[in-house]
Amino acid sequence: MLIAAILTLAVGTYALRLGGVVLRGRLRLSARTRKVLPLAATALLAALAATAALTENAGPAGVARPAGVAVGALLAWRKVPFVVVVVAAAGTAALLRLAGVP
Amino acid sequence: MAIAAAMVAVGASFGAIAVSYGLPLWLPFLMSTAVFAGGAQFLAVGLIAAGNPVAAVLGGLLLNARHLPFGLAVSDTIGPRWRDRLVGSHLMTDETVAFTLAEPDPAGRRRTYWLIGLTLFTFWNVGTAVGVLLGGATGDPATLGLDAAFPAGLIALITPSLRDRETRLVALTGAGVAVVLTPVLPAGLPVMCALLGLLALFLPRRASGQQASRPTSPTAEPSRPVEPC
Repeated sequence: MLIAAILTLAVGTYALRLGGVVLRGRLRLSARTRKVLPLAATALLAALAATAALTENAGPAGVARPAGVAVGALLAWRKVPFVVVVVAAAGTAALLRLAGVP
Repeated sequence: MAIAAAMVAVGASFGAIAVSYGLPLWLPFLMSTAVFAGGAQFLAVGLIAAGNPVAAVLGGLLLNARHLPFGLAVSDTIGPRWRDRLVGSHLMTDETVAFTLAEPDPAGRRRTYWLIGLTLFTFWNVGTAVGVLLGGATGDPATLGLDAAFPAGLIALITPSLRDRETRLVALTGAGVAVVLTPVLPAGLPVMCALLGLLALFLPRRASGQQASRPTSPTAEPSRPVEPC
């Protein structure tokens, strides 16, 4: 099941990539579709980030993880390099847990 | 080379996260070679770990639908030869397309597409391997705060897009909808419901600064610490 899901995703993704290359000149996407696709992508990723940061097993995720993610988000907004963002988020959560914060 | 280093970093966080979710070791490798699309891989791994592989496939494909217009845009650069098309298509990513379209002349575009594409593919997979090794070596992922690294990494990936006001409105509304629906819907579905955020585009112009006025997003929702704006 797991391998089937990944292969389906892989084949589908490849088809979307090749489709655009091959259909050039024969396919017209409306301006609205062209505009909405990247918006939809960002909305999905933002939702994944928010649910992963704030929830666990359909309940709240405690304090340490959201706090760590908040630190990371703040740094990302200030254009700090990716590696620093990730390490700072993880470090904050780890230190808070070390201090006994759930 | 800066972009190669960034790819290793993102790839490593992907590998480490896949391992920390307790997924089999082959899974991140298969995804990084066969899917080769960062955002979709993160989304799919999260949804698979939540126990919903169907949502992982649908969400991943929806996310990758943007490659269709990308393909239209770089078709001339890749050229008419089938060998180039079949191989070149797999190297298509946000970064490859962005760097390619930034080149002014066709020869430069062609060179850039293949150079960036092959570089990204190589270092993305190197990064994945590094992440799997690191993630496997560390015992409990929560002790090291790895559970906070994943959402923070995702936010860092989308922050450039979030600087656009309209994108931010849609994304934050979608994220709010997903969080509110998480306690009541099966795993995977709340994230897909984030697409309702697109409805925010149809709000009257004057109300667009106040996303809380959307009917499906309860105003009682607590402030979300992940969004720094």
